Amino acid sequence: MIPTAFDYVAPTTVEDALSALATHGDDAKILAGGQSLLPVLRMRLNAPEVVIDLGKIESLRGVRDDGDAIVIGAMTPHSVVGSDPLVKEHALLIHRAVEHLADEQIRHRGTFGGALAHADPAGDLGAPALALGSSFVIAGPGGTRTVPADEFFIDLFETAIGDDEILTEVRIPKHTGWGAHYEKFVRVAHQWPIVAVAATVKGSGGSIEDVAIGLTNMGSTPLRARAAEDALRGGQDLAAAAELADQDTNPPSDLNGESSYRRHLAKVLTRRAVTAAAGG
Amino acid sequence: MTRINLTVDGAKVADDVEPRMLLVQYLREKLGKTGTVIGCDTSNCGACTVHLDGTSVKSCNVLAVQADGATVTTIEGLAATYDGGELHPVQESFRECHGLQCGFCTPGMIMQSVALLNDNPTPTEQEIRVGLEGNLCRCTGYHNIVKAVQHASGQASEMHA
Ligand SMILES: Cc1cc2nc3c(=O)[nH]c(=O)nc-3n(C[C@H](O)[C@H](O)[C@H](O)COP(=O)(O)OP(=O)(O)OC[C@H]3O[C@@H](n4cnc5c(N)ncnc54)[C@H](O)[C@@H]3O)c2cc1C
Ligand code: FES
Ligand code: FES
Repeated sequence: MIPTAFDYVAPTTVEDALSALATHGDDAKILAGGQSLLPVLRMRLNAPEVVIDLGKIESLRGVRDDGDAIVIGAMTPHSVVGSDPLVKEHALLIHRAVEHLADEQIRHRGTFGGALAHADPAGDLGAPALALGSSFVIAGPGGTRTVPADEFFIDLFETAIGDDEILTEVRIPKHTGWGAHYEKFVRVAHQWPIVAVAATVKGSGGSIEDVAIGLTNMGSTPLRARAAEDALRGGQDLAAAAELADQDTNPPSDLNGESSYRRHLAKVLTRRAVTAAAGG
Repeated sequence: MTRINLTVDGAKVADDVEPRMLLVQYLREKLGKTGTVIGCDTSNCGACTVHLDGTSVKSCNVLAVQADGATVTTIEGLAATYDGGELHPVQESFRECHGLQCGFCTPGMIMQSVALLNDNPTPTEQEIRVGLEGNLCRCTGYHNIVKAVQHASGQASEMHA
């Protein structure tokens, strides 16, 4: 199928994109890489009157070093994030998660900001972004504000980005030297995970000084496995800590698995992800 | 209608298109380049793969207006990007290794294989399989497709069907 008819604008600056949003309000939809939006429009699950394409705004593209953080522009394609040396050095967890996101063609078009703004609970970037304590820079009519990761994801397909706002970049505190692993459990290749666990570990020789664990598809938003993290920081062994990975989660039941099965997966995948991240 | 200017298979084209027109529709219906095919409605199959500014994309998941100013190469123009003969070496390898049966997935498979080899000229078997994960084939079971890519990369295949 093809989408219903819409008008199209392709501004070249964030300011122009914001004023287009202000003009068209609820009738407008932002287009980033289109890898989630175009399927939605083609299935006619959404029928915006105006599509505002961010593809011509150069300032939204690229990765830069900003002292104690790296900054990823919202319109940076997954493939560029995946091969960027700064990301690999300072946010290895993102590098690992992007490697297994969708397929090569989709990674060439889909963008870092688009995936996070889309906020699919099965999306692969939310849990790593949350685990790394990222913050989200959002531009709106009143200027720019920065939202921490634990306030960014609100619900299924819902974030802190307002109708009149645009996500411009994501700041990720440097985790230089931390090991990382993204353990993704899928039914078929190039698809969203049934459950995935994002783990990043500071330490050497298998010992864990500090750890952060994010969970994909264990609730309506990405989640932190806080209880398991605390247990590991407190020196508990991994097998015992991983048993706590499903605490405070609310996993869905669907065709791919029952809620109880997802709880089981979260524990097993946490054990595997932390082991791999710690270099074990 | 929105005006677009782009280069497709070496030729400059300009058209007024409806913004909702997909790139694959534009290629097939406006330019008559039916070598690029549509195999699904969900952007899963990869049959519609073309190169947009040198990287592979699924042309059913790109609007024609998003290709404004870009260079597109389809299966129909692929051989001309290589000045060695009538077929691109990857096309020749698919023929030599029997990398197709019904042939429906082949345009996309070849375009993705070329993109894969541009990034990584000597991929391992595993890297080939992962690089082609966005392309589905109902016929071959993939073995001969992997062989064709190995052949095109100048590596002797470890598999003999
Ligand atoms: C076959 C297939 C397989 C896939 N597999 C996976 C997978 O395994 N894992 C995974 O995580 N994803 C997967 N995806 C989705 C992919 O990651 C998308 O690229 C991503 O979800 C959306 O990014 P985009 O740039 O394409 O955004 P778009 O599709 O353009 O936009 C998505 C949504 O976010 C909004 N938006 C985008 N950018 C901004 C912004 N800067 N500010 C405000 N709002 C914005 C849009 O309005 C829209 O609602 C897959 C997609 C396909 C088609
Ligand atoms: S037709 Fe484009 S992916 Fe199937
Ligand atoms: S050869 Fe028939 S689908 Fe691949």
